[in-house]
Amino acid sequence: MSHAHSPGSPRCKELFARLSEYLDGELDEALCSEAETHLEDCPPCRDFLESLRRTVGLLDRLPEERVPEEIRREVRESLERLRRQRGA
Amino acid sequence: MEQADEARLLERIRSDQPGAFESFVSLFEDRIYRFGVRMCGEREDARDVLQDTLLQAYKSLKTLKHPGALRSWLYRVAANACLMKRRKGKFEPERELSLDDLGPRDPDEPRAEIPDPAALPDEALARSELRQTIRKAVAEVPPHYRIVLVMRDMEHLSTAEVAAALNLPETTVKMRLHRGRLMVRQRLEAALTGEGAAGEKR
Repeated sequence: MSHAHSPGSPRCKELFARLSEYLDGELDEALCSEAETHLEDCPPCRDFLESLRRTVGLLDRLPEERVPEEIRREVRESLERLRRQRGA
Repeated sequence: MEQADEARLLERIRSDQPGAFESFVSLFEDRIYRFGVRMCGEREDARDVLQDTLLQAYKSLKTLKHPGALRSWLYRVAANACLMKRRKGKFEPERELSLDDLGPRDPDEPRAEIPDPAALPDEALARSELRQTIRKAVAEVPPHYRIVLVMRDMEHLSTAEVAAALNLPETTVKMRLHRGRLMVRQRLEAALTGEGAAGEKR
């Protein structure tokens, strides 16, 4: 069966198009179990899935940037001006 | 903050309770600014995105029809503010990118492994070159894919929230998210393998 899983095989391409939905748990039960069966038998697809999972994980782990203080102050001053204009 | 808490906050704003709008600003300003940086790439532009979005929120939040849709509404306003910042180009592609160029490379070619985020200490991402590499990879994704990627994977909006914010069908959101992730994956792999120019050949 391994020849059916060479990169570019129709089964691999089908799964490849939906890997994000698989990662996000958005595939329906039938498609999900089909994907899992394929992944069990197909090391290249498994490796690719892992690299995609890591990519998504790295995006999630990027340190969160905060508004620089001078910009925070500037924006709050604009809001205050608008508030005064509107007589709130 | 859960959607229910956001809906309660919106109610407080609508009924002009003291400090309600300030709470809203404190809650969302970092997120909107970050979104602006990730979409526009420039701090100056991100400042304008933050300012325009909060001013619009001040004017319009009281009339928002669906309190449960606060986040989608806010990101829609921020996305429009980003769009205004784009001096040329547009968010909508002529046609969607084909998946053919985004798949695995020839297994015999040498390539670096993308590091496992679960095995990385926080400090490694806080100051390493890896952080710059990831940011650059995201910045290189075309904007109509990047906006979905940033909203879903970095701002953690749901597929439905992104669809509402960008006025797109959920199927399009999923398709663009997948392509955005594949592009980042490809660029990361190329950069870590020392082939910064890969992925630019299209």
